[in-house]
Amino acid sequence: MTNVIKLSASALSELLSDRSVSSVEVTQAHLDRIEAIDTGVHAFLHVSGEAALAAAARVDARRAAGEVLGPLAGVPIAIKDVLATIDMPSTAGSRILEGWIPPYDATVVKRVRDAGLIPLGKTNMDEFAMGSSTEFSAYGPTHNPWDFDRIPGGSGGGSAAAVSSFEAPLALGSDTGGSIRQPAAVTGSVGVKPTYGGVSRYGSIALASSLDQVGPVTRTVLDAALLHDVIGGHDPLDSTSLTDSWPSMAAAARSGLADGALKGVRVGVIKELNGDGFQAGVSQRFTETLALLSAAGAEIVEVSAPNFEYAIAAYYLILPAEASSNLARFDSVRFGIRVNPEDGPLTSERVMAATRDAGFGPEVKRRIILGTYALSAGYYDAYYGSAQKVRTLIQRDFDAAFAKVDVLVSPSAPTTAFKFGEKMADPMAMYLNDVTTIPANLAGVPGMSLPMGLAPEDGLPVGLQIMAPAKMDARLYSFGAAVEALLEASWGHTLLSQAPDLASTEKITRAAFTSTEGAI
Amino acid sequence: MSEITAEQVAHLANLARIDLSSEEITRLTSELGQIVDSVAKVAEVATPDVPATSHPMPLTNVFRADTVVPSLTVEQALSGAPDRDGDKFRVPAILDEE
Repeated sequence: MTNVIKLSASALSELLSDRSVSSVEVTQAHLDRIEAIDTGVHAFLHVSGEAALAAAARVDARRAAGEVLGPLAGVPIAIKDVLATIDMPSTAGSRILEGWIPPYDATVVKRVRDAGLIPLGKTNMDEFAMGSSTEFSAYGPTHNPWDFDRIPGGSGGGSAAAVSSFEAPLALGSDTGGSIRQPAAVTGSVGVKPTYGGVSRYGSIALASSLDQVGPVTRTVLDAALLHDVIGGHDPLDSTSLTDSWPSMAAAARSGLADGALKGVRVGVIKELNGDGFQAGVSQRFTETLALLSAAGAEIVEVSAPNFEYAIAAYYLILPAEASSNLARFDSVRFGIRVNPEDGPLTSERVMAATRDAGFGPEVKRRIILGTYALSAGYYDAYYGSAQKVRTLIQRDFDAAFAKVDVLVSPSAPTTAFKFGEKMADPMAMYLNDVTTIPANLAGVPGMSLPMGLAPEDGLPVGLQIMAPAKMDARLYSFGAAVEALLEASWGHTLLSQAPDLASTEKITRAAFTSTEGAI
Repeated sequence: MSEITAEQVAHLANLARIDLSSEEITRLTSELGQIVDSVAKVAEVATPDVPATSHPMPLTNVFRADTVVPSLTVEQALSGAPDRDGDKFRVPAILDEE
């Protein structure tokens, strides 16, 4: 039998549907992989082996009985711990929710189960999705499968590490300011933030409600499209869910593989998202990718988005403001831990304050205090009000750009994976890491990251970000699949085939590494 | 430009119901000062003629049909509570009785 853990979800789908392999075999192979390497990677906070094998056996029995199931039925999936799961703890990476098992499934989790996918477990993340490195998880960081001394990105570093280390072919993530796309970039995987409202947020533990969006984390563009088709679409339980009917993202991805798919596509290069502050190898791979696109018939157009310069500032006012309000629900009454103050009277207010002190980590406290400040009387107009205006200006920048081009591209992150501890002492340095991804969240437009090579100076993955107009998610998949095929043809292999084989060593570090691997 | 003081941070922590230690307040006072200085640049372009956007894809009047649908049972709703008394959440005293 082929090594099923190396196969894409779409390839597994074919083998499962013609019954060349069983879902139990595929699920067991991934559980074995997790058992073998996750002590080192630490992508998972919880693994649900028995339940996964039981769900897999049910899918196999249905197939054996002649039922025709959806394309991903029987394919294993990892679930970011921000999503409520009725049968697994859901902590959002926080001590305050340690051991909490929700009484319901998030809509995306329910859809994944209904489509016959097999949940393997819950993946690690920065606490309440606040961070770009998983270093703010209360349960310890996840390690980048390319180099265990480096961050896997964040907040969804667990999901990205799980797929890029072949512990799961698919994962669910959430993206508030880049938490799907930046981890994809630094681990050499694929991640998509759908249009705001395109995927239900019901049961996603809220960080910033006007920015959060759930999306697919995978190794190929087609796999992301297949998963998007399962989780997307209107949900009456989410009042911000769009009622639009959506085209098949998988069909869009397949259309991108047709000859000449890139011919005449107008590709906008955002002037402000390259150059100063971007690692040389990141800029180099980006330039090389643009040359490949141009040679394939795409029209490269430079566009300006002058207000993107203000995006981080606006984001770090809007996000803390919304987060400080959302996280007020952790009051030691309905769910989560309860901690009594060391001395003094036991009143609800004092117990709540002691619980939140003990249950929240440093970044969560920082952002709650910042948000409380931004929303205070006397400061509201200057900070939160101004940030909302910047949001309008950024939407206008996108509108002006998309009047000229079909898609926008940039590097997904300014650098490759940085080392643990490098940005922990300086909150602003960590925040600046999100410069490329935040604008899409502020405007609600969809964005994707896919691998575009390894940086020559450190041999680590570099991601290409693609953005499309709101509701044009299908365009991300057709264009993304075409770019992915073009890049892989130029390399002669997939990027992840170059990642270290974690099964053979306990700890992977690459102190000295040079690579000629690139876009051309 | 930032004028954030330790007293202000202590007040914000009280509003946010987080019992911060004095070390945490000292550290947050300096960090918040830096962050606020950085994010204050939004005021440079937020002129009066620019409307505010609160939501990327505005929807209005989102209603559902006025029909009874299943909801959590009492057991489910109480399943995650740190303390309960029969069918109710049990909480510490609401009022501080000196």
